[in-house]
Amino acid sequence: MIQLSFNHLIYLVEAARWTILLSVIAFVGGAIVGLPIALMRVSKSAALRGIAWGYIQLIQGTPLLIVLFLSYFGLGILGYKLDPLVAAGLSFTFYAAAFLGEIWRGCIEAVPKTQWEASDCLGLNLFQQYAYVILPQALRIAIPPTVGFMVQIVKNTSLASVIGFVELARAGQIVNNSTFEPFAIFTAVAAIYFVLCYPLSVAARTLERRAHAGRS
Amino acid sequence: MPAALEQANESVVSVKDVIKEFGPLRVLDGVGLEVERGQTVAIVGRSGSGKSTLLRCIAGLETVQGGSITVCGHPVGRPGSAARAQLRRDVGMVFQSYNLFPHLNVERNITLALTLVKKESKGEAKRRAAEVLAMVGLTDKIASYPEQLSGGQQQRVAIARSLALQPQVMLFDEVTSALDPELTAEVLGVMENLAHQGMTMISVTHEMGFARRVADVVVFMHQGKVWETGPTAEVFANPRTAEFKQFVGSEL
Amino acid sequence: MSYKFDFEFLAERWPDFVAGAWLTIQLTVLSIALGFLVGTLCALARVYGGPVLRRLAGGYVEIIRNTPLLIQIFIVYFGLSSLGLKLSAEVSAVLALTINMGAYTTEIMRAGIESIQRTQLEAADCLGLTRLQTILHVVLLPAMERVYPSLGSQGVLLMLASSITSQISAEELTATANLVQSDTYRSFEVYVIVAVVYLALSALYRLGFWAIGLILFERRRRLGTPL
Repeated sequence: MIQLSFNHLIYLVEAARWTILLSVIAFVGGAIVGLPIALMRVSKSAALRGIAWGYIQLIQGTPLLIVLFLSYFGLGILGYKLDPLVAAGLSFTFYAAAFLGEIWRGCIEAVPKTQWEASDCLGLNLFQQYAYVILPQALRIAIPPTVGFMVQIVKNTSLASVIGFVELARAGQIVNNSTFEPFAIFTAVAAIYFVLCYPLSVAARTLERRAHAGRS
Repeated sequence: MPAALEQANESVVSVKDVIKEFGPLRVLDGVGLEVERGQTVAIVGRSGSGKSTLLRCIAGLETVQGGSITVCGHPVGRPGSAARAQLRRDVGMVFQSYNLFPHLNVERNITLALTLVKKESKGEAKRRAAEVLAMVGLTDKIASYPEQLSGGQQQRVAIARSLALQPQVMLFDEVTSALDPELTAEVLGVMENLAHQGMTMISVTHEMGFARRVADVVVFMHQGKVWETGPTAEVFANPRTAEFKQFVGSEL
Repeated sequence: MSYKFDFEFLAERWPDFVAGAWLTIQLTVLSIALGFLVGTLCALARVYGGPVLRRLAGGYVEIIRNTPLLIQIFIVYFGLSSLGLKLSAEVSAVLALTINMGAYTTEIMRAGIESIQRTQLEAADCLGLTRLQTILHVVLLPAMERVYPSLGSQGVLLMLASSITSQISAEELTATANLVQSDTYRSFEVYVIVAVVYLALSALYRLGFWAIGLILFERRRRLGTPL
């Protein structure tokens, strides 16, 4: 019953490269915007804290699909050409920044208060405190949940298909339109996503366990 | 069984040649014990002597590799068996860590098994809860949650919870080990009252004062065996083995 | 920027948005409830089940959590119908969302169930409670209370993720938006409106979870302390 040819599979695997590229863009963009968000969340200034909080609530309270549509059509309003890659890159950056910002805030807050006090007593200024004392420690705590979140990013890039970006999910739809074998095709697509995501999941879990073992 | 026989020296708990192993480790090595109705038995010994394991075997919490245990004439049985259901009607167990249900208040902790297991009505169960709480002197804590109580109070509620089911025999597993001296006294007081009321009790304990004052029979365990046993006064007055002598000496 | 925002279409089309939002609520409340049921059963299987059950539940969790919801929805809707099992878009949506919610709930509830100490089970055993009674009265409620914040977040995430079911034309909120924007060409405005509705729904769902928590966890309501 399965008419899926080898060429179709090659096509899907090639499309998966775009999924990976989108994931990398989302992660890098999300990290660049997310770190300031996290720092704002723990800032002494109530205004900065409020802005970052509002941003996170806004993104985490809206479906990613709607963020994608808003970016896509928003670009048009701003007078740019409607480009799925740019729209998707922007959306995933907004999306990842909100979640990474919230994850990393927790990690920064997990660094014991005494570390702040100690570095303060040594005469370090705020920048030095973050750069040399707090962030290096927060980073170690942050790695497992950050790797775990990458799984969400990879899966969610599938939504870029909706605005016409040809990545793995869209490629699956295209193949399906010509072969009408949705069960086989989408199972194959799911399998490729699984191959991309499962190692990340396992890594996140292993890192998490190791971090716990190290602490106790 | 004729009533006359049942009264005279009826054995409530009978442990014969019990062997219990955890992997390669033999924790109980041919243990025997007879407890008669109304008796208070104190099981003493160093940690690792197998005394808590023996109690847990009697409660059916551990499966034994050899020998037999009967309670009120019924074998302890396997989990889920009819014999096990019978055992649960006959035996009450109190733990070192109280093990109250943290999400339920004191009253519900007590009525839970009454309504679920004994199928009593809510009203009956509540009446019974009030009754047993009065026995342990905690009437005013009926609506409290475990976290609001001191360790001693929690332990008294745990005793009340077991008593509510009207067991034939109560097992106490180092019930005061986690408590301060003052709180220990209030729990031991409740147990002493129970003993005087004729409850059959087996208590694994570190409290030598309690053992001397309340227990009818003392069992000294050592290396997974009953090393020395007999009426309390006799055993303490004339220790036969060097190990027990040493143990009593170190505990004083 | 010369763009003029125009929300006039709302005057005529607002009932469509209400209908879409209502379907979103129906689909997701049902999926969250069913997913919770599935997830709790699988979590019990993972903790107390034999090796086969544990493996099965574990495999289910890994497969669902490592593949996109969009593809899961496609498999249920297009895939199953190609195999002869024709389900409506709404039923497919609920089925896919339930399977998805169930997998995440399994992991969340597993953590909760594992936090219940063995001594609690022994105490229940000694009081004569059956295994089922123990699970119902001694294990599940405190387990759920411990992980309730995560359950609530997952519920909100699922509600938001249900927008993906617009791709199999379940006429929920996002699908309504797609329809209205293709009629009116006010795309940006339409999605702004819908984003606001989703934000309101997120707040509503959080409120709902909080209220259900108050009803379920009597001790917490009285004392306000964590378990």
